[in-house]
Amino acid sequence: MLAARAAAGPLDGPLPGDPLNSPNLPVVLQLVLPEGARVRFDDRVKVSFPAIAENQRQFPVQVDARAVPGVRRIIIFADLNPIQKAVEFTPHAAEAFIAIRIKLDQRTPVRAAVEVADGSWLLAGGWIDAAGGGCSAPPVSRVKGDWSQALMQVRGRLWPSGDGGPARLALALRHPMDTGFVDNIPSYWLETLAVTAGGRRLAELALNASVAEDPSIMLMPHLREGESVAVAARDSGGLDVAVRVAGQSPIPPSREAP
Amino acid sequence: MIARRQLLGALAGAPLLAAAPAYRLQAEPVAAGLWVVRGADAPIAMANGGAIANISIIATDAGPVLIDAGASFAHGQALAALARRLTGKPVARVYLTHLHPDHSFGIGAFAPGIVAATPPVAAQVAGDAAGFSTGLYRLLGDWMRGTELPAPALVAGDGPVVIGGRRLRLLALSGHSPADLAVLDEASGTLITGDLVFHNRAPATPHADLPAWRRALDLLAGLGHQRLVPGHGPVDATPGTAIAQTRAWLDWLEPALKAAMEAGLTMVEAGDMPIPQRFAGLAVARLELQRSVSHYWPALEAARLPRVSD
Repeated sequence: MLAARAAAGPLDGPLPGDPLNSPNLPVVLQLVLPEGARVRFDDRVKVSFPAIAENQRQFPVQVDARAVPGVRRIIIFADLNPIQKAVEFTPHAAEAFIAIRIKLDQRTPVRAAVEVADGSWLLAGGWIDAAGGGCSAPPVSRVKGDWSQALMQVRGRLWPSGDGGPARLALALRHPMDTGFVDNIPSYWLETLAVTAGGRRLAELALNASVAEDPSIMLMPHLREGESVAVAARDSGGLDVAVRVAGQSPIPPSREAP
Repeated sequence: MIARRQLLGALAGAPLLAAAPAYRLQAEPVAAGLWVVRGADAPIAMANGGAIANISIIATDAGPVLIDAGASFAHGQALAALARRLTGKPVARVYLTHLHPDHSFGIGAFAPGIVAATPPVAAQVAGDAAGFSTGLYRLLGDWMRGTELPAPALVAGDGPVVIGGRRLRLLALSGHSPADLAVLDEASGTLITGDLVFHNRAPATPHADLPAWRRALDLLAGLGHQRLVPGHGPVDATPGTAIAQTRAWLDWLEPALKAAMEAGLTMVEAGDMPIPQRFAGLAVARLELQRSVSHYWPALEAARLPRVSD
């Protein structure tokens, strides 16, 4: 176990044992984790993404920590993004699984930090090469000029489990997710998103502007049979949206390609 | 001066004085008076200088015709020198199949007066094509030195042209990109397709229009040619193998992506879905599937996830 802020440790070099040998991980951990967080690297946390960043403004990242018991929180971050932390996910009654798209400002480690029951954090991730500018080019909807018309529109779909396991919930919200790094466009982003069912908290997300424009999220909530979910989101300007997503066809048993 | 030179040599020997990287190109005979310079079957990378697309050289009495110009100024120069060695004459004409940089960014090595492009490609060259340069410099560094994009002065239209006694049929199509030119060398029955056709390599879709691409493939399949030079991958000695392969991938890809979304997969899972065994012979299939997921997934979400807000 390593302390992210070891009293004697230098803050300007790689963290000992970092399999990615990132130049500034100790500093990044100070920014994205609670003060004094204890961390270790753990292969049971699966951070998956494509082999190349085809679009540095919309890079899909999936974290699967279902092999880790007692997950409290999952944080997705990129060491060399100007806004390192993309999302903090609390699975109250959901699998320790999240898929989301983030921005990449350059070649960077993309990681997950997973908090477990004793308050320590497990780290995993990988390097991804990327063209620059994912955080500093204007959002597509700003260029097209239609961002305000579609603001906070929500698309969603719920796949109930066919076999008593977790459901799948896909959410796609329209939001420019302005980083504040583009001339004359102040930062403005979707800040929180909560999923509930029958008054039970299923999942909470705290997002930053390094989440990709028009956030797209997949979660695996635990639902009772026939239940729908309520989703409430709020952006940094205080704009709220509340929607309900009802279950449709269950998850197909086979996921084989045709 | 002498002292400085001695110092340089003593310091580092060759590396400090090393020349810019050089393209070592080889022409592969395809038919009488027609060669292909095969691109590396790999993504654009420092190791290949971006020379990943197939470039065709067609001998005519007026001089060689190049189909595509290479990925950089130096690549275009090396292609021009190779064409001259093969035919004994300077390049008479360059046709661009489409704007993608691995095919077109060598045009600066040729006089604009001999470079021909369809009007949409000429408009792209004059417009935002230079935007690709930043990404290419990042990937290729010094290979890109001197690369500029002068506007082609000649218009490539749909129909026959005769250059130095050799009759070429130009086919202005689209689908792989907003404008794709294919060239049929009537003397040898060789169809040069640009990236409308891939052979033993998975098709790339960054600017594709899949219905238009299928229509283009239907048209190409009916031309009565004998062999085919694809944009990437080996020459197809048959008229239809590579066309059918490209078509089969596109026909699989689109419903497979829709099915993945219907099944509640994530983008990452969709990029990792099984690729049917019949595509086992296609290079970079996984990479191109993941790229295609990136190209199509956001639009699929917008089209296929129900709207739940007002």
